[in-house]
Amino acid sequence: MALDQITMTKVSDRVLHQDLGEMVLNMGPQHPSTHGVINFIVHADGEVMKRAIPEVGYLHRAIEKIGEMVSYNGFMPYTDRVDYLAAMFANEGYAIAVEKLMNLQVPPRAHYLRAISCELNRIASHLISIGSMAMDIGAVTPFPYALRERESINDLIEALCGARLTYNYHRIGGVAFDMPDDWTPLCRKWMDHFDKVLDEWDRLISRNEIFLQRLAGLAVIPAEMAISYGLVGPNLRGSGVDFDLRRDHPYGAYPDFKFEVPVGKGHAGARAGGTAGDCFDRFYCRVLECRQSVAIVRQAIDKLPPGEFMAKVPKKIRPEAWSEAQSRIEAARGEMAYYVVSDGGERAYRVRARTGSYLAMGIIEDLSKGLMIADLVALIASLDVVAPEIDR
Amino acid sequence: MPALTAEQIHQRLSAKFGDAIGPLSPPKKDPHFTIAPAKLLEVCRFLKSDPELAIDFLQDLTATDHPKDGVIKVVYHFYSYKHRHLFAAKVHADRANPELDSLDPVWKSANWMEREVFDLFGVSFKGHPDLRRVLLPEDWVGHPLRKDYSEAGGYRDISNVRDNPLDLYLNLDRMVKAQKPAPAPPAPAAAAPAAAKPAEPAKGA
Repeated sequence: MALDQITMTKVSDRVLHQDLGEMVLNMGPQHPSTHGVINFIVHADGEVMKRAIPEVGYLHRAIEKIGEMVSYNGFMPYTDRVDYLAAMFANEGYAIAVEKLMNLQVPPRAHYLRAISCELNRIASHLISIGSMAMDIGAVTPFPYALRERESINDLIEALCGARLTYNYHRIGGVAFDMPDDWTPLCRKWMDHFDKVLDEWDRLISRNEIFLQRLAGLAVIPAEMAISYGLVGPNLRGSGVDFDLRRDHPYGAYPDFKFEVPVGKGHAGARAGGTAGDCFDRFYCRVLECRQSVAIVRQAIDKLPPGEFMAKVPKKIRPEAWSEAQSRIEAARGEMAYYVVSDGGERAYRVRARTGSYLAMGIIEDLSKGLMIADLVALIASLDVVAPEIDR
Repeated sequence: MPALTAEQIHQRLSAKFGDAIGPLSPPKKDPHFTIAPAKLLEVCRFLKSDPELAIDFLQDLTATDHPKDGVIKVVYHFYSYKHRHLFAAKVHADRANPELDSLDPVWKSANWMEREVFDLFGVSFKGHPDLRRVLLPEDWVGHPLRKDYSEAGGYRDISNVRDNPLDLYLNLDRMVKAQKPAPAPPAPAAAAPAAAKPAEPAKGA
């Protein structure tokens, strides 16, 4: 097929529609700041955007369809691929949904191991987010600092489950492996080190005057708008909505832990023009959440109960016919919900993964009006979208 | 005000809308009920405005396909940040011509989730401001999450069939086996070519 025909059918009239004096700019799909393969069709008047229309789907792998084709246990490795930066959460969300369908009781030790692995993963994911956000708006130095810490977390998680990216650690009914004997001292040592790194991080970037001026008051999302557009997680809390599933609808081991839920309140400060819900608040909520995650891991290691790490699970999982369950967990990119429907067979009738990044894309078109093109980069980075989690 | 249970929410909606609200599902895990398609938008506006329900967050919107019943069940999960209650409702759309009201005027998050259901299930939403495919290319044929979907055999001359890499090894095995002398006993093996030989000149003639 000729190239012009392809262009004509790929992009609809609405996207191609061009007013006089308007420039249409393709930002992506291969653009370093889009954090994966996303295309933004930017309608701009000079440097000011009229709208930026996100075109997604480049990484669509039909994971929900695969869920209907493989057994309940067989789907677990695929959940890793939903969000490659925070695979633990997808593992956990899917496992909880199927356990709910089966009425399965998970041993307490497994709950704790899940919480430990998830919180470490949350720190790793947030480090990528805050590091790449600094890099996207021009500060390259902090990113390797963040990556260095993430490497240490990868080492810890590798010792726990043998993988550094696609963990496949959680199982329906528990976790795959128990903690190695010498693991806790290593983890404690790293966390003591990481406390200092977070202080250093504040000195290096979070309280950096240029950084503050760049992000304060930029792309403000009011609380009502964030709720209406379905933003979740740090994006929602950045807008000042005090909501965290770990605290408000606790699951697994979370009722046992004490932690704070950081919310956005113009952290950039009045002098810089900080407003609740601006890009800096979303960024800084993640920095603060890293501290809370460290606190949770410390408590979990202290209280780790002995016993089994895996429940007795039948070899073939067959939930009751036409039962359905939804699990809600607080993932690194906010609320992740798995909705699983069973028809009584060995395979799920429907698996649905509701992810935070997908709906974060929905707000960009309406939010981008009036922003500069360079601010779109900061906005995408502050929403912390990950392309495979959008497209699934 | 405490969070309402699914039963209480169901009672409240049934009292207001009568027959448009279906019975509560049998207690298998997550309870849910149906809403008549014609009343969907009206019910949803009520969900948002009613102070006791105060549904401000359309948490999830997806669908399940049921070819035997001839329906696509669009599943809505509603959540209230104010009262912290969550419940699910289903709307049955006719599978032959599925069309429902868009919830975009009520909750903005419906916009992208309805686009996804349109893309993967082929359900159309009346009043949607930007209803086009989102995950698949605009000229894709069919709706993959329908149960009777079959792949068209490729897209734009790109085949979706790949050689199995294991076939290479299987072929090697066959070649090695062909080179080896047949392990069968010699007497029948010798008899077979002998029987074939006289036939050859006859073929040429």
